[in-house]
Amino acid sequence: MDMQTNFLDRLFESGLLIETGVDGLYGRSGEFEEVIAAFERLIDRFGGKDGAEAMRFPPGMNRAFFETSGYMKSFPQLAGTVHSFCGNELDHMSLLQCMEVGDDWTKGQEATDIVLTPAACYPLYPTVARRGALPMTGKLFDLQSYCFRHEPSKDPARQQLFRMREYVCMGTESHVTDFRQSWMDRGVEMMKLVGLEVEIDVANDPFFGRAGKMLANNQRDQNLKFELLIPITSRAKPTACMSFNYHQDAFGTKWGLNLEDGSVAHTACVGFGLERIALALFHTHGLDVKDWPDAVRKVLWG
Amino acid sequence: MNETIRDILTKVGGLPVPVADLADDSDLYTSGLSSFASVQVMLAIEEKFDIEFPDNLLNRKSFASIAAIEGTIRQILKAREAA
Repeated sequence: MDMQTNFLDRLFESGLLIETGVDGLYGRSGEFEEVIAAFERLIDRFGGKDGAEAMRFPPGMNRAFFETSGYMKSFPQLAGTVHSFCGNELDHMSLLQCMEVGDDWTKGQEATDIVLTPAACYPLYPTVARRGALPMTGKLFDLQSYCFRHEPSKDPARQQLFRMREYVCMGTESHVTDFRQSWMDRGVEMMKLVGLEVEIDVANDPFFGRAGKMLANNQRDQNLKFELLIPITSRAKPTACMSFNYHQDAFGTKWGLNLEDGSVAHTACVGFGLERIALALFHTHGLDVKDWPDAVRKVLWG
Repeated sequence: MNETIRDILTKVGGLPVPVADLADDSDLYTSGLSSFASVQVMLAIEEKFDIEFPDNLLNRKSFASIAAIEGTIRQILKAREAA
């Protein structure tokens, strides 16, 4: 049995994750949630004084904004759209008939105006763009949302519905790159406090296809993405638990985010994969939080 | 080849400046070539010249200027002849 399935089975047996019959779609126990809540409080202790404006969106976003974002250009394989039955009574009858005989009943479902949120910050950009120009001193936002990515896997650290906590910074190039650097330093410090072994490395997003290979190479060449990696189900391939992304002026241009002097805003974001961090803690310190080192418990629960 | 590359850049490069105004060694990225547009250019070149960019040449450097694109195409054609 490989490491991933083994760890997943142990998580099910301990009740920390609850099986649903779909790979990557799990329930969480109260104890699991307690760890996530405690880690989020730790994030607040580090980032809370920065004056970020908090916003919470549900895990679905406006399809029109999703289309504008260009997500389908880069990651069509990961996107999840929400479809519903929009027919009449006759259509309903044939739908039930389809289900009865085991035919594909979903083929008549129609796309709604909602798409599952692929990253917590996606609904933010059009929201901020509607407000008008950003101050020259920049703006900082605090987000958290369940996110969806269609990548079924037995690796408990690769879930299809998971939570992402994010800080997003908008401003001048130096402002947002300083923000990103400060969180790379903070990330290492935070993980050290909770006894996790980390490394930071340059990374790329999982762009689709051969064109994606080029986008990935470009992203790496320009050091646009870094990840904080922690071994969970593999030591050779540690899991990205945080990412630090500099978008240059790509989102600023796309969404019309301008600074007060009319220049296009640069943006950067730092993301925490909350389930992955919780899993790293359980994997490193044991499946029962009562057995965790006192120093780690003290950082998380005081 | 230079003219063909310039035609492709005009069609799919999405540059805010006329391609005719660019020197062969002008930096295409500072001239406004986006990452996505460079992918479009790559795909159009593959079709036009009937070549396939190997992974190691799928990078910013290969598309940094008209001269760089020309050099990359020649390198691929040469490798094909040698094969």
